[in-house]
Amino acid sequence: MNTPARLRAWLFTGAVLALAACDGPQSALLPRAEQAEAIDRVWRVMLWTCTALYIVVLLALAYAMLRRRADRRREGIASDPLLRKTLAAWVVVIVAFLTAFVALSYAEDRRIRGGEPDLEVRITAKQWWWQVEYLDADPSRQFTTANELHLPRDRTARIELRAGDVIHSYWVPALGGKEDLIPGRTNAVWVTPRENGTWRGQCAEFCGLQHAHMALDVFVHDVGFFERWRDTQLYPARLPETATARRGKAVFEQHACATCHTVRGTTAGGRLGPDLTHFASRRHLAAGLLPVESPHLLAWIEDPQRLKPGAQMPAVPLAPQDLLAVNEYLLGLR
Amino acid sequence: MNRVEVKAGDLSRHRDYAFGPTTPGWWGVIGFILIEATAFVLAIGAYYYLLANEARWPPRGVPPPLLWGTVFMLIGLASELPNAWIKKRAQALDLRAVQFGLGVMTVLGIAMLVVRALEFGSLNVHWTSHAYGSIVWALLVLHTFHTLTDVADSVVLWVFTLVHTVDGRKFSDVADNAFYWHFIVWSWVVLYVVVYWTPRWL
Amino acid sequence: MTRYDDAARRRHLAELERVWADPPGLRGWLTTVDHKRVARRYIVTALVFFVLAGVLALAMRTQLAVPENTVLGPDLYNQVFSMHGSVMMFLFAVPVMEAVAIYMVPLMVGARNIAFPRLNAFSYWVYLFGGLLIFAAFALNIGPEAGWTGYTPLSGPDFSPGKRTDFWAQMITFTEVAALAVAVELVATIMIMRAPGMTLARMPLFVWSMLVTSLMVIFAMPAVMLSSTFLITDRLIGTQFYNPAEGGDHLLWQHLFWFFGHPEVYIIFMPALGMISAIVETYCRRPVFGYTPMVLALVATGFLSFGLWVHHMFATGLPPMGNSFYTAASMLIAVPSGIQVFCWIATIATGKPRLEVPLLFVLGFFALFVLGGMTGVMVASVPLDLQVHDTYFVVAHFHYVLIGGAVFPLFGALYMWFPKIAGRLLDDRLGRWQFWLLFIGFNVTFFPMHYLGLIGMPRRVYTYPTGLGWDTWNLLSSAGAYLVALGALLFVVNVARALRRPADAPDDPWGGPDLSWATSSPPPAYEFAHVHEVRTRTPLWAGPDGEPQLELPVLHGLRTDRREALLTTPIDAVPECRWAMPDPSIWPLLAALSLTVAFVWSIFDPWGVVWGSIPVGVALIVWFWPKKSEPSLQATE
Repeated sequence: MNTPARLRAWLFTGAVLALAACDGPQSALLPRAEQAEAIDRVWRVMLWTCTALYIVVLLALAYAMLRRRADRRREGIASDPLLRKTLAAWVVVIVAFLTAFVALSYAEDRRIRGGEPDLEVRITAKQWWWQVEYLDADPSRQFTTANELHLPRDRTARIELRAGDVIHSYWVPALGGKEDLIPGRTNAVWVTPRENGTWRGQCAEFCGLQHAHMALDVFVHDVGFFERWRDTQLYPARLPETATARRGKAVFEQHACATCHTVRGTTAGGRLGPDLTHFASRRHLAAGLLPVESPHLLAWIEDPQRLKPGAQMPAVPLAPQDLLAVNEYLLGLR
Repeated sequence: MNRVEVKAGDLSRHRDYAFGPTTPGWWGVIGFILIEATAFVLAIGAYYYLLANEARWPPRGVPPPLLWGTVFMLIGLASELPNAWIKKRAQALDLRAVQFGLGVMTVLGIAMLVVRALEFGSLNVHWTSHAYGSIVWALLVLHTFHTLTDVADSVVLWVFTLVHTVDGRKFSDVADNAFYWHFIVWSWVVLYVVVYWTPRWL
Repeated sequence: MTRYDDAARRRHLAELERVWADPPGLRGWLTTVDHKRVARRYIVTALVFFVLAGVLALAMRTQLAVPENTVLGPDLYNQVFSMHGSVMMFLFAVPVMEAVAIYMVPLMVGARNIAFPRLNAFSYWVYLFGGLLIFAAFALNIGPEAGWTGYTPLSGPDFSPGKRTDFWAQMITFTEVAALAVAVELVATIMIMRAPGMTLARMPLFVWSMLVTSLMVIFAMPAVMLSSTFLITDRLIGTQFYNPAEGGDHLLWQHLFWFFGHPEVYIIFMPALGMISAIVETYCRRPVFGYTPMVLALVATGFLSFGLWVHHMFATGLPPMGNSFYTAASMLIAVPSGIQVFCWIATIATGKPRLEVPLLFVLGFFALFVLGGMTGVMVASVPLDLQVHDTYFVVAHFHYVLIGGAVFPLFGALYMWFPKIAGRLLDDRLGRWQFWLLFIGFNVTFFPMHYLGLIGMPRRVYTYPTGLGWDTWNLLSSAGAYLVALGALLFVVNVARALRRPADAPDDPWGGPDLSWATSSPPPAYEFAHVHEVRTRTPLWAGPDGEPQLELPVLHGLRTDRREALLTTPIDAVPECRWAMPDPSIWPLLAALSLTVAFVWSIFDPWGVVWGSIPVGVALIVWFWPKKSEPSLQATE
């Protein structure tokens, strides 16, 4: 391959990589909600203006270094009066740009806050997972899930943010900016998604050992689909269908599992860990760590500390058959 | 290139001591005061920041009793008279007066430390019981620490003037010590208003 | 004006030599109060910490080179990044700038020593012990674990049990004591030890930058001392400052920390601005254009830097109107920066630039710092910050500002001042190699991070999954980190090679404008044979085109039978009095040792503060008890 062709190949690969990355599920560069779009407008304006100013400064520097000088006559301070006028003009230019930036920031900042919410969700961040509560004026319409956020398209959700232990930060780049969850305080963000799809969020404030493994899956659906999902979540847990699963339920209720986890409709009512009522309907376990699939779940129950060192869930010693039974039971909680 | 130094004047007739803003000691004291004043201002800021979170201040409803804090302030204000006098006498290189004045300042300083100990005992809040208790103790401890250092400095200077030959430089130190004492007294006036009168006026 | 003869001059110098000499051998090493010796160790120690923190950075980049990597586990990784940040900020960046100033400022203002030489020695020992303490703790697996920002409650008693955070908080106390001491010394030196005639308006811009920096240290550092003391007392004696259940507030920590933390960035950057002015002036042979706007820009930057700490807290849910104010304030700081960039470029354009290594580093500064400044304007915008805050975009931003804005000028300044400090020139070719390795390596490492942040990578994660589009850019960034390390290594090689050559640097190898070039390289213990008198802003230049001034006016008459310096008035630098400077003393070292004992003791037992302060007090009293040679000779009662 000759050099230009190879260069083109490299450039092509690079461009594809860049675009592919842009398209990632956690990118701020492909905004998919009203709030993210507002921020994106600020980004674009500032990116291009700042790039232009940057090039101007570097060109001025290059000119300063390379310009031809009459060898015998040094200019020295002779040119100072002219320079002083130019400096004043330069300050005016900077101030003008900054004023525009401040105005733009202020205007877009107002857009990303507030609005009449169609839906209220409360997220409580804990080391290292997200508790998600769908709020409703009617208490029987409230339910709790974990590590997943489902939102209706074109509706505004107000998400109340609280922390259970240390400071965390809620951040789903495709839908908007981040907001901290601080013990002793209540914050909120507003999200108005504009496109169906699946996005990923992640804790953005360092929160201890497993800060890296604290992801949040976000699903945006049509309103109808969302309502159906919500109704399903309101049901108590399915009853186990096989003998192994029934045994799993018993093991779950009698061992340490039930002291931390809730499975609605059973005697398991612990509040420390994630609600597992519809566990198998989720995409990931342990806050985005692994997909909810048999070998992963099995490994997780057997020893969470190996997969997510420091996680609050201890390894509960279970006989091999019990382990398999719990695994099957949980995978049936759709 | 060989540079040549050309004599342009002579300095040997200048004094070898001075008072005030052309001495390192004065700038050292100014630096220390600025550092400590910033710490006080920030601690006072923290006091009002914590206050803003509360519905009642103090949270148990009982402000600290006025007696010892007020006594401390009154002795402090009274000590400004000998303090100002000692600074003038130091600048006049009056050894007798300086010895006597430092003695008076030492006695007053120790009296104030005793009063401060009684004040801690009567705050009716413990630092562990609430953020209010923590910040009140913090303000008082900060101020006590500085009072303690300046009283110690006065004692050392006093002993020095009694046992050692005293030169212009030492008189300058005495003046700087007096300068620092202004800060101790007046910073307490501010802290006194914050700690004792904020809960009463709010 | 009269010339005086050679024999008298030789006698004069011999006497100065004798009076200003340190005791020989180890005793002199431990007791010296010569600002040059102290500054040399300060610089070397800070650079050693720079290398160590750089090695920690390499470890992090190695871990992050590929997804799901297991070179560092989460616990170690968290300690490593906390150490990296803390060491770079507290043990490298601020100290190294102050260290260079400790060396250069007294020379530039034409003084015989720094003001408070013993405090200076004390400051170095405290700094050294604090640094050793934190590295010893790290080696014993009690290193910091809550990041260099130490946010509560993660750093509080409930979530950081054990002694890790206590060691970290005490290390901060050590470095703050050291930094504050140096700040006071520099202010006093600059205010009253300037050469006669060096009015405020004739001070070199580097001296101006250090004056502003020192004042910023004085106003900023108490905030972190207060916040870290509150943290220690919360942890050790049960105060409730950061416990919301008992009226405390986690945001109090953030407000106090960033009230220090934001000026801190400018405390690091401000000396670099002075270095750039010195380099541009020297290598373009023309006084910096716009002296007055430059000084005003420095002062304005200093003021403004205290008004924008809240831009680190845009995501904490503070009232939006307040946030908008801080957006405006943060962006406003681009005005003084823009003024300075303009003035330097104008100076280069109308001067005669010689592209020596220091100027090369300054050109690198422009390319990197201006970019970092642009991203700085971006993160000042509330909405945009809500996306990029706490991501790799911000990591990229502050490395562009701190490495591009401070470390590049620092290297430039070290190349320029090395002959003055060590008496030898650094190799030019190695210097150019170092520059290009650093420049390319830096951009390869940090430019992709902007993009990584935008496509969702948060900072302070010990690993990341594949499939998010982060893999390639992380690998590239890690490769760049090794290039940077290679560049830093070349500097070490260059210095080592230079030190093996004989000390043959001329007094003034570059034709510099300020008084530091008027004495030998390295300068004698007494700095200058006589007190220089200053009549222009560039006393070593005969005119605005940088021709050397060959006849330098000096004032005679300081005593040579004791260490005597001249004090001048603060504004106009009129000679005021002769002042005896302290002799060498072991007590600064002993005071620093007893302070170390008190601080470490207090980590394990609160009463350590009380009992430990007794030996500190004794050491201080003995230290200040005047010795024979020091008192004034007049006005003795």
